[in-house]
Amino acid sequence: MTLLRTPTALLGFTILVVLALIALLAPLLFPADPLAIAGPALLRPFQDASLPLGTDRLGRDVLAELVHGARTSLLVGLAAAATSIIVGSVVGTLAGFIGGIVDEVLMRITDAFQTVPGFLLALAFVSVVGPSLPVVVLAIALSAWTGPARVARAEVLSIRERDYVAGARAIGMHPLKIAFREVLPNALPPVLALSSVIVAAAVLTEAALSFLGLGDPNRITWGGMIAEGRAVLRSAPYLSIIPGIALVVTVLGVYLAGEGVVEASAARKVRA
Amino acid sequence: MNRALRLIRRRLIASIPVLAIVVLGTFFLLEAAPGDAVDAYAASLGGDAGLSADLRAQWGLDQSVWGRLAAYLYALAHLDFGRSVIFSRPNLDVILERLPNTLLLMGSATALSFGLGSLLGIWAGAKPGSLRDRLLSVGSLAIYAVPGFWLGLVLIVIFAVQLRWLPLSGIETIASSKEGFARAGDIALHLILPVGALGLIYLALYLRMMRAGMTEVWRTDYVLAARARGLPRRRIVLRHVARNALTPLVTMLGVQSAAMLGGSVVIESVFSIPGLGRLAQESVAGRDTSLLLGIILISAVVVILINLIVDLAYALLDPRVGASEVQS
Repeated sequence: MTLLRTPTALLGFTILVVLALIALLAPLLFPADPLAIAGPALLRPFQDASLPLGTDRLGRDVLAELVHGARTSLLVGLAAAATSIIVGSVVGTLAGFIGGIVDEVLMRITDAFQTVPGFLLALAFVSVVGPSLPVVVLAIALSAWTGPARVARAEVLSIRERDYVAGARAIGMHPLKIAFREVLPNALPPVLALSSVIVAAAVLTEAALSFLGLGDPNRITWGGMIAEGRAVLRSAPYLSIIPGIALVVTVLGVYLAGEGVVEASAARKVRA
Repeated sequence: MNRALRLIRRRLIASIPVLAIVVLGTFFLLEAAPGDAVDAYAASLGGDAGLSADLRAQWGLDQSVWGRLAAYLYALAHLDFGRSVIFSRPNLDVILERLPNTLLLMGSATALSFGLGSLLGIWAGAKPGSLRDRLLSVGSLAIYAVPGFWLGLVLIVIFAVQLRWLPLSGIETIASSKEGFARAGDIALHLILPVGALGLIYLALYLRMMRAGMTEVWRTDYVLAARARGLPRRRIVLRHVARNALTPLVTMLGVQSAAMLGGSVVIESVFSIPGLGRLAQESVAGRDTSLLLGIILISAVVVILINLIVDLAYALLDPRVGASEVQS
């Protein structure tokens, strides 16, 4: 496969596959409630074979928390990225295809969402609506849809002048049908190229929100674990450092895999 | 200079609908939040139900949604951002008091990421494909993957807890009664870690953009001409390649300002810096929605102003910008 030819892409995809497996198999790997007390409090990592990463302030198994936290991170990251790409490409297609006043209004709204710092917007949205998993996903998507919208619009603007679109118009196809059946699918590749950056940003934003105590309170999150560990930062820094490393590995995996896809498609273009 | 004035005017006119949409957005978020401005007033200053009803009538809060929107817009037009529950003071006063600390943090972090990022980008782009180029590319990606708040905590553990070189938190030593240069030095010492945490994250962005820009410029004819003339390599890299790759980075400064402001929210909470971001977190914790939305409005204004300054700087660097509009 061309996709796995470069070492960085291979590394990225390996990280993502392992993470996805861990997230999917978490209930099998650690069937016990990860929030239950598993041993003495503040046990250091690598001391006890049954608790390899030690325990936190309340004596909970850090490894079990980490594995269950992977579920939240990946779920929120993927769901928020999917939402923003879908909303963004619909808005961008409408703006680019219809043009005129619709384009003007939609693009000013996009400007407004890009002017407000996305993290502040997410913070305000979660604090007004109340923290839960779907709300966190929406809060992240609220500012992340603007990038896909701009790219989709630019792409649609060039596609709508092509002959096959004129042909579709000539046979009397409904304009909305042309926009979403004929134009949007062809405008998607450059929008999808943004997905690795959007997933990575979504994972980081989710971590920052739950670090500030705005994550879903019923779920374990890596950001929440870092915040928990912060209270004992002087005596037990490992509690904050371990979930942070998990975050870095996840986000790096997403970036490397994304670069691999871009390189592979560039190589395909060169050969074609 | 006429060109610059025209640019300012066009930019300000374009920002009016954008600000209007932001104002509408904050209004609807305020409407969605439980409680209103009178509840906030009663919570901070006290008062009975009769006073609350009087105040609702006086502030126009007993009217329909459109009436309340009109009252909200009227208040904003008079720079009245409402009253903070947690501080028992006007929101705008609290926000403006905190803004300088955030601007200082953002400005220093931007200077770090832009300065160091573009220098490393030049170093990497001087020899595209070399080992150091690839190491810098992967290394910058790794730093870009680090959550800023976590980097802040790690820096605290290393430099404040273990080595004890730098202060743990805050913007200056409390009750130190330092003046002038001593105070500035004290603030600078407190800012090293938060600026490092915020600036290092965004460094990768400038590094990669600089490097990508330089690989483009290497292929141009005038660089080929410079090489054919036998100019020293260092001169070609700095004068011909880097200089032309640098201008797009300036636009990035404006684009990144909103992200920088968002990033400083978490960094300020980690380092207990009394800025806009920490204020946002305090208003969330204290359920002070009107203060939070005031912060959003002011930060939108700040982002618009930063972009205006960046556009002006860009127009000064590149005489082609805005020149075409003279004819049209």
